[in-house]
Formats: sequence, structure tokens, C-alpha cells
Amino acid sequence: MEKPVVYDNGLNLEATELRLGLPGTNEPEKQTSTSARSKKRASPEMAEETRSKSSSCISDADDDAPPAKAQVVGWPPVRSYRKNSFQQRKGEAEGAGMYVKVGMDGAPYLRKIDLKVYKSYPELLNALENMFKFRIGEYSEREGYNGSDYTPTYEDKDGDWMLVGDVPWEMFISSCKRLRIMKGSE
Amino acid sequence: MGYSFPEEVLEHVLSFIDSDSDRNSVSLVCKSWHDIERWCRRRLFVGNCYAVSPAIAIRRFPELRSVSLKGKPHFADFNLVPHEWGGYAYPWIAAFAEAYPWLEELRLKRMVVSDEALELIAKKFKNFRVLVMYSCEGFSTDGLATIAANCRNLKELDLSESEVDDVSENWLCQFPDSYTSLESLNITSLSSEIRFSGLERLVGRCPNLKTLKLSHSVPLDLLPNLLQKAPQLVELGSGLHTKEVHPDLYSKLAGAFSGCKGLKRLCGLWDVVPSYLPTLYPICFGLTSLNLSDAPIQCPELIKLVSQCQNLQRLWVLDYIEDTGLNALAESCKDLRELRVFPSDPFGQEPNVSLTEQGLVSVSAGCPKLHSVLYFCRRMSNVALSTIARNRPNLTRFRLCIIERFCPDYITLEPLDVGFGAIVEHCKDLKRLSLSGLLTDRVFEYIGSHGKKLEMLSLAFAGDSDLGLHHVLSGCKSLRKLEIRDCPFGDKALLENAAKLETMRSLWMSACQVSYRACKLLGQKMPRLNVEVIAEQGHPDLSPDEYPVEKLYIYRTVSGPRSDMPSFVWTMDKNPALRSS
Repeated sequence: MEKPVVYDNGLNLEATELRLGLPGTNEPEKQTSTSARSKKRASPEMAEETRSKSSSCISDADDDAPPAKAQVVGWPPVRSYRKNSFQQRKGEAEGAGMYVKVGMDGAPYLRKIDLKVYKSYPELLNALENMFKFRIGEYSEREGYNGSDYTPTYEDKDGDWMLVGDVPWEMFISSCKRLRIMKGSE
Repeated sequence: MGYSFPEEVLEHVLSFIDSDSDRNSVSLVCKSWHDIERWCRRRLFVGNCYAVSPAIAIRRFPELRSVSLKGKPHFADFNLVPHEWGGYAYPWIAAFAEAYPWLEELRLKRMVVSDEALELIAKKFKNFRVLVMYSCEGFSTDGLATIAANCRNLKELDLSESEVDDVSENWLCQFPDSYTSLESLNITSLSSEIRFSGLERLVGRCPNLKTLKLSHSVPLDLLPNLLQKAPQLVELGSGLHTKEVHPDLYSKLAGAFSGCKGLKRLCGLWDVVPSYLPTLYPICFGLTSLNLSDAPIQCPELIKLVSQCQNLQRLWVLDYIEDTGLNALAESCKDLRELRVFPSDPFGQEPNVSLTEQGLVSVSAGCPKLHSVLYFCRRMSNVALSTIARNRPNLTRFRLCIIERFCPDYITLEPLDVGFGAIVEHCKDLKRLSLSGLLTDRVFEYIGSHGKKLEMLSLAFAGDSDLGLHHVLSGCKSLRKLEIRDCPFGDKALLENAAKLETMRSLWMSACQVSYRACKLLGQKMPRLNVEVIAEQGHPDLSPDEYPVEKLYIYRTVSGPRSDMPSFVWTMDKNPALRSS
């Protein structure tokens, strides 16, 4: 299944290749403009199920380090205008931190949090709970948050107030302008 | 030989023959047929603008009315072709201006078009009707203004995906008030504001306007007026974005859409506000083509929309549609012929949506007419690919992009050779194929033995050795375009199959292992090919001959080496002993 990487074309590029690692180790995959080595193994960031059942299958004598997540020119093959339209939307999310104001009904002043620090809704909601010392209920698509007086909402790019949790995380990050924890029923 | 077939009769017969390949066959019958045919050919398609020169084209076909030209290699779309590489339209247009005063149509793809070139078109062709510039660059709205001001009979102006330098918002107003012949306008790529009143008046006075594709600067509240002025529209591209939701605007929009009874194709919808989507419901049944690839609509709304489009033949959509949406598509849209699913977050490390190979499997099972697929996803399996192949042996275009490079079958962790092998084996009419995922030389063995009708093949990060390339070049009889990046293919396969390259339009190889020496050898061996080395990091003479070249572009040509190359492109000498200037 896994074959060793062999280039039998006599060019012997390996001897002349510039490397950053110790001799005998393969460096992680970087910009591939000058090197055409193919790494024959599953990358560690693949789905959980493959990681758990396949540690023996993934073993590759060459490399222990995970590949660098450097962006490769032109990959994946999306047109640049297409790249731009969504990159621009994520533009606020790029760079150093993405601070938004957080207010809570009844609290005397607002707080600020960095959305980039969190990778998912549970993480964010947990942080909010700790910050304002309250408990959010259970989220369901049908009924929103059940079991508590508090409801987390956010203002999106269009100026509308939305329930936190409805849209995919990435989309939430790129459209959230501020947060508000609402108390009591609407 | 007293009897001679009257020329006029043959010309009349030929007027019914449109296809280029048929006309080419006609011209091979005998000298007189060759001569008659060339005088009555009206359309010319040049797939590579450097394969032939304007002078040669003009000499052979003295009476053309319509020309299509393609410039840069396809991989230019992904920034693999350096800026200023070439593909200039001006020399062609200048030559045509002298030779074809009656030229009516120009369709340019991936070419550099200057304002001067546009000015020539505007001033020199008295009956100019169709200008299509797909994915072009190099011109500004000033050039467009000249076209608008001078082309009295213009029917179609299409700037799809071209980069336009927006210097004036007024160019649309340059169409004189007496101008009423517009049938198709595509200005989606313009980013700046345009004079809206000019647009409204233009739309209002052109009764034959069938296609209107607007840029995202046209605000939503303008749309109802535009639609009311052009209820005969067949194709519409528009944003549906607004800062505030007005119930008034909603009802105006709903009414306007209902009035467009002939609307068949819809695209745009960038920044769509989901609450406006129901205004589209009345026209869904009539839609044959829906391009939502710019619209970040989520799965539930997508399902509602798509389930009403029972006559849909073409759907382009973002992966927000997810597997559940594709299941709904498979159930509702039995006439579907083409599906493209684009990634909403191509550079994210984690999947942001629940779209897997299952969605594609569903559509392949549910849509019997599906023949063209472009699919971005984050996992695939051999069994899924085999199922798709068995479900849809009628596939003609199959482009799969698994976002993670070297990604194996997620179930077995094997390479995806067998799955793609099933595709080429079962889909006997497959013309275009793009591969991705973990692939060994084995997949190329399958492709070489089964891909007999394959015309275009795109490879990236695949294969183990030269054997892979050899299988493709020796086996794929119909291959016209081969584009390869980051594969371990080198000299041996290329030199052994050099003759094959003359039967193809072009070969692109970047970040592979073809040595400079092999390129020079190939250039000498094959005088009818241009073997071009692209080396932005310095002349390849400065490194040892065994070093691999950065990028290589090889194409057949009848007009010799290029004379317009930038400093980083070199054509390998065809005969180094005779240096002619």
C-alpha cells in the first residue's frame, strides 16, 4: 500500500537539495516550486476515524514531523476572483485577533473578546459563561437555547441580530460584528 | 476530365457545414475543394494563438467573419503562469483590421487586450457585432467606452471574468441614444460603480436584450425597474444584496421576477439576503441553469430553492449545499446534466461544511443525464468512485479536486488509483479528466489503456515515476491538452514520446523533473514544436544542464518561435548550429 518514494531517473536531486533539517531526516513539505517529492502518507489532519485505526498504516519510515501547512501556489485550483470574494469576507478574521464587543443585559459595561481564539461554538459559549458568570442553556436548531434565561445573540454584517449557533462557525466568525447576551424572553 | 463540378453548388453545400473538423476534412479531398472551402469559411477557431500567425491565417482564409482565439495556458487561472507571459491580442486585431473589414465577431480567452486593440475594433470593423473577452486583461473602461460609442451594430458584449481597469463610470453612457441592438451584456467583473441611469436607459431601449449579467455594484433596488424594462430576459445575473430589508422592495422584486416569464438562466446572487430568496420561487420551474457559486446561501435555503427547479440542467453551487442538499438535488432535478460544487473555504484546514463523496454518489445515482462534473471535497474513496463510474457511464467530463494533497482513500488508506481507473474504464466517452488525491503510476496505466477518447488531462501531485507519464503519452490516442504540476515526471518519458507531442495542442509541466538538457534536446529533435522554458529565477544556462526547469510549455506550431517573449521565457533552439536572427 505505502511504497517508498523512489526516483530512478538518475538525476539524484536529493544530493543537491537544500534542506533545513538534519541529514537523514526529511523536512516537511514546503513550497513545492523546486521540489517534486511526493509524500506518500496520510496527513495527520485528516478525519479522526482514520487516525485511530490506521496508525500502523500511516507509518512512513521517512518522516515523523507533520507537514507544514504552508499554502502552495495555485492549490487548491480555484480561480483568483473566487478566492478573493471569500478571502475578503474572511479578511477581518485574518491578521492579529478579531475583537468584538460583548454586552449582557443588565451588565454595567461591555467587554471585548477575540473570536480568533476560539475554534467552535462550545468554546466560545464556555468563555462567555465564565466571563459573565452565567449559564447558557442547551442549543437546538428548532428551539434555540433551552433551559436558561440567557440567550446569546450577535449582530451580523447586515445589522441584523441573529441567534448564535445557527450558521457554520467560519461563517459566523466572518460576519459577527458584536455579541449580546440577552436576558429573559424576547 | 471534361466534367467539372460547379463551384457555386459546392459552396452552397458547404454553407451547411459548420463544424471545423468537417470543414477540415472537406479541404483535404482535393486541391479545388481546398480552394473553394477556404474562400467560403467564415468562422475560425485558434486554440493556441502561438500555434499559427495572423498572416498565415489570413492567407488561408480570406473571408472570415468570426474568430475565436485562446492565449494563456489553462493553469494561468491558478496563477501558475507568470504575469506578462504573453497572449497579446493586438497583433491579431491589427492584422484583421487590414484583412477583414467585415469582421463581425471576436471571442478571446485568456488574452491580453489593450485599449488600443479595443479602439481598433471600434473604428475598423464597420459591422462588428460580438465581442467576448473571457478571462482577459489589459484594458480599461476607456476602451469599452470607444466600443460603446462606435459599434452601432453591437449585439453582444461579454466581459466574463476579465480584469478591467475601472477608470470611468460613464462608459455605458457612450452608447448613443439611437443604439438599440444590444442582445447580451455581461459586465459582472466590473468592480466600480457605473452610471445607473445610463444602464436603465440602455436596457429600456433594447427590445432584443436577452442576457443581462450585472456587476455587484448594481444595487438591489434598481433591479425591479430593470426587470420591468426587460421582461423578455432569458438570462440574468444580479446581486440580491441590500443594507436594509424593505417589504416594499420585496414585493416589487417579486412582481418583477414573476413578469420575466422566459427567464431560463440565473447567476450572481452574491451577498444574497436569504429573506429575498422567495422572490425567485415563481421562476424556479423555468430555470435550466443556476449559478449560485458566488452566493453564500446555506443548505436549508438551497434545498428550498433547488427542489423547485425541476427543469434544471446545470447547477453551479458552493459546498454549503452539503450532502443533504445534493440528495435533494438528486431527487428533484432529473434533467441535470452538469454539476459544479465549489469550496466555500478552500484554504481552511478543517472542513467547514458537511459535504463528502456521498453527495456526488447520490447525484450520480439520481440524475441519469449527468455528464459533466466538477467537484471539490475533502475526502474520497475508491468504492465511491467505482459506484459513480458504474452509475454514470455517460460521463464526459470528470474533474475531482480533493482539497488535501496526497489524500488517500479515507476508508482503506489506499491510493485512489482503482477508483479513477473505474471512471476511465466505465466512462468510455470521457473527454476531460482532472485527478487529485493519493495516486501512483498505476492510475496512469489505467488511463493509458482505457482513456481512448480523453482529450484533456490535468494532473497535480500524482504518480511515482516517468512510467506514469509514459502510460499517458503512449496510451491516450485522442489527447490534445495535458497539464501537469508537481509530478515526478522527467526526461525519459518525454523524449521517448516526443512524436506524440506533435499530435497534441499543448503540454504544460511545472515543478516536475524535466531537465534543461532534455528541453534542449527536444527542441532540436522536434522543429515543429515550440519548447519553451519559463524560468523566473534566472536563465537556465546559469545552472547545470541536469537541473530541472521550473516550468515548461510545449506546443505545436506552424509559425516558428515566438517573437514577443518576456525576459523569463526561452524557446529551445531548433537548430543551434544555424543561428538566424
